[in-house]
Amino acid sequence: MSAELTGFAYLIAAICFILALRGLSSPETARQGNIIGICGMAIAIATTLASPEVLSYTWILAGIVIGGAIGTVIALKIHMTALPQLVAAFHSLVGLAAVFVASATLYAPDAYGIGSVGSIKTASLVEMAVGAAIGAITFTGSIVAFAKLQGLVTGAPLVFTGQHALNAVLGIAAVALVVFFAREESHLAYWGIVALALALGFLMILPIGGADMPVVISMLNSYSGWAACGIGFTLGNTLLIITGALVGSSGAILSYIMCKGMNRSFISVILGGFGADDSAVAAGGPSGDRAVRQGSAEDAAFIMKNGGKVIIVPGYGMAVAQAQHAVREMADILKAEGVDVSYAIHPVAGRMPGHMNVLLAEANVPYDEVFELEVINNAFAMADVAYVIGANDVTNPAAKTDPASPIYGMPILDVERAKTVLFVKRSMASGYAGVDNELFFRDNTMMLFGDAKKMTEEIVHALG
Amino acid sequence: MERIANAVGIATVNEPTLIMLFTVFVLAVFVGYYVVWNVTAALHSPLMSVTNAISSVIIVGALIAAGPMEVNFSKVMGFVAVVLASINIFGGFIVSQRMLQMYRKKK
Repeated sequence: MSAELTGFAYLIAAICFILALRGLSSPETARQGNIIGICGMAIAIATTLASPEVLSYTWILAGIVIGGAIGTVIALKIHMTALPQLVAAFHSLVGLAAVFVASATLYAPDAYGIGSVGSIKTASLVEMAVGAAIGAITFTGSIVAFAKLQGLVTGAPLVFTGQHALNAVLGIAAVALVVFFAREESHLAYWGIVALALALGFLMILPIGGADMPVVISMLNSYSGWAACGIGFTLGNTLLIITGALVGSSGAILSYIMCKGMNRSFISVILGGFGADDSAVAAGGPSGDRAVRQGSAEDAAFIMKNGGKVIIVPGYGMAVAQAQHAVREMADILKAEGVDVSYAIHPVAGRMPGHMNVLLAEANVPYDEVFELEVINNAFAMADVAYVIGANDVTNPAAKTDPASPIYGMPILDVERAKTVLFVKRSMASGYAGVDNELFFRDNTMMLFGDAKKMTEEIVHALG
Repeated sequence: MERIANAVGIATVNEPTLIMLFTVFVLAVFVGYYVVWNVTAALHSPLMSVTNAISSVIIVGALIAAGPMEVNFSKVMGFVAVVLASINIFGGFIVSQRMLQMYRKKK
């Protein structure tokens, strides 16, 4: 294949990837977009295999078969509730692959036309080191994120004194090593950079609490793109650069949306420690022995059946309890009774962007009944019932009224404006931010204590 | 050796200069920016898994590393990277398709 033809094929692949993302602007075109993305990948792989550098196919085919089989099995078996950790695990693989490719270019530079061992171009060395470093950070960072999401380690932020100082020292050391590596092409320096980056990725994600995971996972998504970009610069391959830039900016935008959804700066999320135990006493006002109105499933069923409009507000608790199917069942019965049912999703509900939407889709909730915060927030004033299931902080009015609250300024769902708020909750414990929710004590709130799934099933039973 | 590689190499299509690559990079960031802001919030999870799958295009670099006849360190590195990237490509696209298949409109 001539160089021109190869370049052209790579361009087609890049366009396919852009169209794949373009397709996601609507659920109608998204499936088609995904297929176009697959075509783009097939073109990219076939083009590379036809290039003159690739002479032996045995290892390559074995690698694709092994990897493909593993990936297929995982993707078909995984439960939708485990999606956040799956995505984290996949990010780690991209990071690790970037490290390996960078290492391969260092040890066999002539295959890539960037010089020969001992005399690799300086620019290529810098790009290689940066690509490997970002890849290594992505790898260990994603491993930690995976462990937190999977519950292998505590979701609570792990902080120790001097943490930021240590990270800064490691970061500076890594930069110094990159400079040294670019001048000397020392393999030892290269592995030093990789080791430092591995440690950095680990230390960076460790102090970040479970509830900040939507930001972390988007950020790692972004990093995996920049790692691909770094390798693209090393190889002088435009397809890698374009794709890496698409992924990198996508992850960055998602991180931004998630930070905005929590009214927190990206820096404060990265510095971590949010949701630590010591913040529990930070604010929120005294709760003491204030009385709450408690209700049963029968009460809830009665109120909802006689309401004209019910808005369901799902949160991470619904995902944990796997209550989405029961919720949809409840909504079906209510709709049959002539009640108007819709769903309100806060941008940071769940553990990854769009987490709630996928779970509701899995339970066959039509996507045109599911609305974003900006769209549906005014509708609460006209709603008879807000059914809050597994969400807490995203409904806390303190975000609007109490400047001392850690969540002050965070956009929230105005559930308190509904005639009745039904709050499904296991106990009176506060949300991840460690803040009391004054909503519990309002006159129009009825607490439904119990497991989200069990309670919803009991309501279904009472309705039927 | 380098000249030969340059003459036939795909990695060195017309020997792109750093500034050319950088131009491509910046333009691609802009394309990504505008395309991704158009993605509906309901599809943010599939967006993550699709971007994850396409970032595995890094397999291109891995294939070149794993391509030579002689077995050496970089071929082994390339092989491992091919396996890892393949897990991601297959896993990422399939799980995206599974997710997207669940999104249905009101009947």
